Amino acid sequence: MSLDGIFSLALLSQTVRISVPYVLAALGATISETGGVVNIALEGLILTGAFCAVLGSHYSGNPWVGVMAAMTGGIFVSLIHAVVCIRFRANQIISGLAINILAAGATKFFLKLIFHSSSNSSRVAGLPHWSFFGLDRAPVIGAIVSDSLILAAALLVFASYCLIYKTPFGLRLRAVGEHPECAETLGVSVYFMRCAGVMLCGVLAALAGAWLAFDQHQFSADMSGGRGYIALTAMIFGKWNPLWAALAAALFGLAEAFQIQLQTVGVSVPTQFIQMIPYVLTVVLLAGVIGKSRAPAADGKPYPGEE
Amino acid sequence: MPSKYTGLLFFAALCAAGLCGCARKQAAESGAKKIGLVFDVGGRGDKSFNDSAYNGMERARKELGIEYSYIEPGEGADKESALRQLASGREGLIFGTGFLFTDDINIVSADFPDKMFACVDYAVNPAKPIAPNVVALKFREQEGSFLVGAIAGLTTKTNVVGFVGGMDIPLIHKFELGYAAGVKAVNPQCKVIVGYAGVTGEAFKNPAKGKAIAFSQIDQGADIIFHASGSTGLGVFEAARERNIKAIGVDSDQYSEAPGYILTSMIKKVDVGLYETVKSWLAGTLKGGVTELGLARDGVGYVYDENNKDLISPETIKKVESLKRKIISGEIKVPSVKENR
Repeated sequence: MSLDGIFSLALLSQTVRISVPYVLAALGATISETGGVVNIALEGLILTGAFCAVLGSHYSGNPWVGVMAAMTGGIFVSLIHAVVCIRFRANQIISGLAINILAAGATKFFLKLIFHSSSNSSRVAGLPHWSFFGLDRAPVIGAIVSDSLILAAALLVFASYCLIYKTPFGLRLRAVGEHPECAETLGVSVYFMRCAGVMLCGVLAALAGAWLAFDQHQFSADMSGGRGYIALTAMIFGKWNPLWAALAAALFGLAEAFQIQLQTVGVSVPTQFIQMIPYVLTVVLLAGVIGKSRAPAADGKPYPGEE
Repeated sequence: MPSKYTGLLFFAALCAAGLCGCARKQAAESGAKKIGLVFDVGGRGDKSFNDSAYNGMERARKELGIEYSYIEPGEGADKESALRQLASGREGLIFGTGFLFTDDINIVSADFPDKMFACVDYAVNPAKPIAPNVVALKFREQEGSFLVGAIAGLTTKTNVVGFVGGMDIPLIHKFELGYAAGVKAVNPQCKVIVGYAGVTGEAFKNPAKGKAIAFSQIDQGADIIFHASGSTGLGVFEAARERNIKAIGVDSDQYSEAPGYILTSMIKKVDVGLYETVKSWLAGTLKGGVTELGLARDGVGYVYDENNKDLISPETIKKVESLKRKIISGEIKVPSVKENR
């Protein structure tokens, strides 16, 4: 077994494919938390997005309708989170957990109702592949550069960065996340900004779900597989900065791809050990190397606070 | 205040959902013998395990004239109380489908010594004897896997085949070892690539990971991949479609999940197991202990029918059938337990 059996274009391609949902969900979480709302509902949002994507594609026969449906579903579910956490100032962790449980149950319920199966939906049309300069015919990476959602995810990383750091909207979002009272006195609506942050998170996490669903051409129960939690870790690892969060998400993707590759070429390292790598990295890096990862000051705190 | 009502409505909806979740489906009362069944997570419609169990019960109802009631516990629901609920009713024989029921059946069976319990895929603990009223219904998955392995070994063109397992546990090792042994028996040069999706229960429901593992194996030359990984395997089928290779299904005939790409399926006849158990219970010959169904008692097998007869050559089937006879006669011993790695 040689090393180039492990480090190859195929590994890169795998890494990108595995990272897409992590990146999208981590971006969503970053935006939501920048505005001061903790969103551990990612898992539920991903599931909702995946299910709505399949539903939209199933009924219309057009995958783009599926993408729209996923985003709508994401907005709808994050609306619950927004109302509960922002309007009624409930505990954001509890609300997020409740949404995760609700989404897991609701998607299964509708799966059974609509597709008469507790396991998976019927097959739907996937997203078409795009061709730029014949790049899609390139070996191995062709499939990546022609995938519309992968390209969209890459764009969204920079778009999120610009949104948070280069626009008035982003400034206000950061303001309500750091010091909502101060922002309010300057005429920024804390409710509105926070709701907007949560909605954007819903859209991004739902897109992560849509990617999972279209990659499989179907929905299957619990297909999110804990990806929302990994995305949250990536967000913390990335210090609440979209660029770093995306990079961290890609690192988790790389570790997973690496672990698969090691199994395939038959290296006798226990899988458990390799699966540990990203988490060990997180702990080590957070503990010293990259310095303190600081959340927005008002992250997780309802506004207005206790009188 | 709208807020008051929204809260109340929400609560009411949740309560209603909770009540529906555990409702017990009851057949009409009559004098017939009654049997209870608790499904595994997923419940009816999982296109696999639970559906097979359901078919077995339906067959028993029609052919043996029994009555049965069943409970579909939800995710993380209390399996023990579901078993207890059935055991305290008129049901004389209670089934739990899936190895997850092992501990629950051990507990409940002790409290109802006059009832019989049967657990599909019961995980036998060598240090603990099985109660006299518990039937551990096990399948020799390794034997069925051996045969599909032989089909793969005879059909592969690249001399590389793959295996994708769900959770890395002894139950799934049986599939892997049987498969690898089957491949080697007919084609010693053929390489078998093995991958597991994870070390938790999630590993059985992660199609994206299944697809990633399959891609990785295909990149290494695999042209046939057998999966034993629940819905993770749907990702393996998807990879087979995309890269135009063949996959082998598991538990039930999975041809319809990816028509044209499913070489065959290793079927585990949970329905036969249930039906046979009910039959011997009615005859009064059912005893506690381990019951193992292999090729010999038609507990496992492979699919060869109208759908896939063009994918497998007749010579291959001839060879596989002769291997089958050798396994039944005991001439071939199929490994099922992993040596320490």
